[in-house]
Amino acid sequence: MVSKKLYLYPIWIRLWHAINALTFLLLVATGISLHYASVDSSLIPFQISVVIHNICAIILTINYGVFIIGNMLTGNGMFYSKWRKNLWPKLWKQFVFYAVGIFKGEPHPFPITKKQKFNPLQKVSYVFAMYFGMPLLIISGFGLMFPEKISNAIFNISGLLFYDVLHIIVGFVLSIFLVIHLYTCTLGDKPGTLFKSMINGYHEEH
Amino acid sequence: MSTSTKILSFVFLALGLSLLAQSEDTLKIKPSYHEVNYFVEDNEACLTCHGEAKYILEDPENERSAIKRMGPCKVVDRDKFYTSVHKSFSCTDCHSGDFMDFPHSIESRFEEKLLCMDCHGYDETYAKYHFEGIEIEFTESAHNKEGFSCWSCHDPHSYKAFMRNADDLAEAILYDNSMCLKCHADFSEFSMLTDREEIVLVESHAWLPNQAAHFAKIRCIECHTEINDTILIAHKIMPKASAVKNCTECHSKDSRLMHTLYKFESLEQRKGGFVNSIMINNSYVIGANQNILLNRLSLLVFGMTLLVIVFHTYLRIKNQKKS
Repeated sequence: MVSKKLYLYPIWIRLWHAINALTFLLLVATGISLHYASVDSSLIPFQISVVIHNICAIILTINYGVFIIGNMLTGNGMFYSKWRKNLWPKLWKQFVFYAVGIFKGEPHPFPITKKQKFNPLQKVSYVFAMYFGMPLLIISGFGLMFPEKISNAIFNISGLLFYDVLHIIVGFVLSIFLVIHLYTCTLGDKPGTLFKSMINGYHEEH
Repeated sequence: MSTSTKILSFVFLALGLSLLAQSEDTLKIKPSYHEVNYFVEDNEACLTCHGEAKYILEDPENERSAIKRMGPCKVVDRDKFYTSVHKSFSCTDCHSGDFMDFPHSIESRFEEKLLCMDCHGYDETYAKYHFEGIEIEFTESAHNKEGFSCWSCHDPHSYKAFMRNADDLAEAILYDNSMCLKCHADFSEFSMLTDREEIVLVESHAWLPNQAAHFAKIRCIECHTEINDTILIAHKIMPKASAVKNCTECHSKDSRLMHTLYKFESLEQRKGGFVNSIMINNSYVIGANQNILLNRLSLLVFGMTLLVIVFHTYLRIKNQKKS
């Protein structure tokens, strides 16, 4: 069997991704614990959750800065550009593959190449997660970390309420993204292939 | 009268009226005082000195006089008094008539002060305020010590029932906390009641995240008193070691704030399905203000996502076996 190996994930991306994944998982766990806090049965003790959540938030924010600067300085930014070009037909094609073609053993409609790391569905979801979701999550999170800095009222409701509900909604949407992201990562040649790629940097196809 | 004279007269009249209005603000005895009190002129016998930061001490025998500073705790602010709960009172309703003599006799200065219970206790008129319950709480409180009385916190010359009539909760919280801070943030007052050598208010609350937000949004007594469901404001101040330090006592669905700060907001205003929604008028308390609709929606979306993943995995396994 011929194996195709592509070096797609340089060390800085793998490090950024590992830090992003770890901090995000901790933020989700502590975030859920804070939201559903209870006097006698919190998932994680409240005070510990606050500390972990704050520390991880700061690390995630710095790491996000690394991602943005890295994308500007290296070629990695191109994988997130021109995502609107011919969007809907491409999305449909990829969706049909995931919904039907994958079970028939059809080839991937957008095979991974040096210039095309993401399929259209990945590209759109990553652009929304990283360029829309993350900034909203970070800004609303810092509003909650420094409540004295935010307006008392936004759109006629309490500023704190606005930031908190926004933070919870965006946090939840990105958590769902994470669940789907983890699942689609099992859709490689073997369930573990794509996870391995993110560790050694090489994308492998047989 | 010519037009220009009319205009000039109007301008002078307007100027005169504005000067009058301005002077009303700077008047010592304002007309509004007479609207709430029949004894304004009588009270001036006391307030001439006790309404000022300084007074003139006269010695007629030796024909000399001197300006003296009035002790801050002996000064009664007229504006505050005539808007307080005791605004209709004459000074001698509570203080002995002997104080009308000057200089005040030593007997009058040792006069035992009236306390809340002397007028309000065991009286049906004041039953809804539960003064008896408050007295019991006070006797069990950490504040029940030599030299401490109702007046240590509640200045009868300025006290307002802020919390009961709170239109602006933030203002009421500030008012209530300033009662505590009068001693707990001012060493000269603090040292009158304790032998402790310093105030460590900020340091002892260092564990509290967003300390400034907590101090502005809740009262000290939220954490420092024992919950009492009968009286409006709990008065049993707990010893320092028993103060609430478990965050989830407030930051949870069963938030103690509903039994303290928001207890008397009897008709909870539902706001978009939030738990403990009355808090949202004043603040947003993580853990205590979950939105039921969003909670349910998130569970539904999460469940659906998992269902699709499980179904997709099942089809993948099934087709893998076939091939």
